[in-house]
Amino acid sequence: MSREEWRGFGVFIEQDEGVVEETSLEILGRIRELADKYNIKITSFVLTDDINRIIDKIRYYGSDEIVYAENSLFKTYLSDVFSTALYRLVSKYRPRYLLLPATRNSRDLAGRLAIMLRTCLLAHVISIDIDPETMRMNAAVPGFGGNIAAVCECVTMPEMATVSPGVFTPKIRKDIEPKLINESDLTKDLKTSMRKISRTSVARPDISRSEKIVVAGAGCIKDLELIKRFAKIIGAEYAVTRPVADAGLAPRDLQVGSTGISLKSKLVIVLGASGAPHFVSGIRDCGTVVSVNIDPDAPIKDFSDLFVVGDLYDIVKKLIDRLGG
Amino acid sequence: MSPEPVYIVTMKVVPKTEEIRFDPVTKTVDRSKATNEINPADKNALEEALKLKDKYGGKVIVLSMGPPFFEPFLRTALAMGADDAILISDKALAGSDAYVTSMVLAKGIQKIGGATLVLCGEESSDGSTGQVPPGIATWLGYSLATFVSKIISLDLENKKVVVRRTIKGGYEDIDLPLPAVLAIELGINTPRFPDFRRKRWAEKEYKMTIWNIHDLGLKPEEVGLTGSPSRVKTLIELKPPERMRKIITDPDQAVEEIIKIIKSIK
Ligand SMILES: Cc1cc2nc3c(=O)[nH]c(=O)nc-3n(C[C@H](O)[C@H](O)[C@H](O)COP(=O)(O)OP(=O)(O)OC[C@H]3O[C@@H](n4cnc5c(N)ncnc54)[C@H](O)[C@@H]3O)c2cc1C
Ligand SMILES: Nc1ncnc2c1ncn2[C@@H]1O[C@H](COP(=O)(O)O)[C@@H](O)[C@H]1O
Repeated sequence: MSREEWRGFGVFIEQDEGVVEETSLEILGRIRELADKYNIKITSFVLTDDINRIIDKIRYYGSDEIVYAENSLFKTYLSDVFSTALYRLVSKYRPRYLLLPATRNSRDLAGRLAIMLRTCLLAHVISIDIDPETMRMNAAVPGFGGNIAAVCECVTMPEMATVSPGVFTPKIRKDIEPKLINESDLTKDLKTSMRKISRTSVARPDISRSEKIVVAGAGCIKDLELIKRFAKIIGAEYAVTRPVADAGLAPRDLQVGSTGISLKSKLVIVLGASGAPHFVSGIRDCGTVVSVNIDPDAPIKDFSDLFVVGDLYDIVKKLIDRLGG
Repeated sequence: MSPEPVYIVTMKVVPKTEEIRFDPVTKTVDRSKATNEINPADKNALEEALKLKDKYGGKVIVLSMGPPFFEPFLRTALAMGADDAILISDKALAGSDAYVTSMVLAKGIQKIGGATLVLCGEESSDGSTGQVPPGIATWLGYSLATFVSKIISLDLENKKVVVRRTIKGGYEDIDLPLPAVLAIELGINTPRFPDFRRKRWAEKEYKMTIWNIHDLGLKPEEVGLTGSPSRVKTLIELKPPERMRKIITDPDQAVEEIIKIIKSIK
């Protein structure tokens, strides 16, 4: 039943060992609005080792149909089999717009798929719209450290994009009962040429929506424990700038900025960070920004509500004393 | 005996992000005041290639697509230790997106005769699509690992490479068949400095290979803006909100002020 034309929305529902990627549900939240406005169908694509493990976590987020393939190879991401499998599903269902989360694994997947489908791919977009005249998808692609964006469109089909995490909000839609379609037969013969030797992964809280955050910049490297203690005392989550993560002193998942997470906290306290563009794009949406820097001319000054010139250890110790840590 | 390994490092020259300005009137990016540099992650990719060469032998070739002003930067890469540098340069390439860029680089790699490993940066600091490495792998049918933080081992005999790649919440070690494309994470190593004597050779003696699109068997309409499936409609500045910029230099006053702010957040 292959369709003649490219029609409707397609969304890739990323999962890893049964844990559904929130960004996929966020995408559904946004495109459901567009789908209702323009009367467009939404097809979700799922690759999983066991659909029963995840179906209840994805069923009522606005999909009109959920097309899935089960295969034991789909337990965790494998670049070669995932790209071939999704290529087959997409070639059969032919969605005009195809959206994937801009996570590491789905960016890997989307980058391959776009070439296999000989089509365009807009990277980690932060908005999705449809131009009512041409019906083309318009999406904003951030570049230059996340401070400038290009509004782009595709002239080939499917019109693909990866979507940045945390931009949209998932919405439960119990009123739409999606049709479940099993396409496991399409992926039965898949084999991988890759082998996973080991995996070390710890579930970490998603701090992109935490209310209070303390960010440790490179100026904190001498004593990160003190910063963590301070964060704990004030009930804040702890995050870092890129050099701190690069040095292996904190996991990537705690890194703020254009190649990390974007924060939406009410308060962020930035300690010993200079305020480079790739970093400040990650605190743009925060409420109040307080920063401490020994350099009175550090660029972070311009991105702060309160800019303290001084030694961060001095200030943090004083704060801990006052707050009784 | 397996043949000598060939490591191809893809390298782009980018304007320094801090020095880019946006002109809100003309809606264009003003790069004129920005100095250029080798894309930071590509320097890390080059360092990985040089380390592999030190350990397993072989040849390191830098491959770049861009205007002629890229040339001196590729000479820096030669001075750091690369054996060869090839610049793909053609007016028709202007405006190429990741689809075209990955296709052109893949053609370049084929013309070189293929590679054991292609090492790219995880993303470019200006375009930052991260799509070029998966694109190259797909055009060439090579295996792929993105967000690589460590190359654990290279087994030339059995044609395998073992890498560590960053995933949500941690990392995974995977084994993939050669030839492979690896997208190297920014900051995973400290790139070596250019060697003084190599620098003289690179700047004075080395004759760089320049290819145009005809050398790669491509037609003008297949590349550049016309060949690219994505189009930029307009540029917008993502302005940070205006901040109060209150400055305090007295530590005790600062502490009082910070505590007041913390307590006001409920
Ligand atoms: C493609 C690309 C992507 C990038 N993505 C990111 C990203 O997502 N996130 C990110 O953070 N960076 C990113 N970067 C790196 C970014 O450009 C900066 O290098 C980085 O943000 C700097 O981190 P920092 O401010 O902690 O360190 P530095 O720039 O080294 O600043 C340290 C600051 O600490 C101050 N300091 C030192 N000691 C003290 C003290 N005792 N008391 C008070 N102040 C002190 C110094 O005055 C200085 O201002 C990226 C770069 C590239 C090229
Ligand atoms: N014009 C280019 N010439 C050579 N390599 C490139 C070019 N564009 C991108 N690359 C490579 O692809 C990586 C990812 O770039 P991007 O997909 O633009 O984020 C870069 O780090 C480079 O290694």
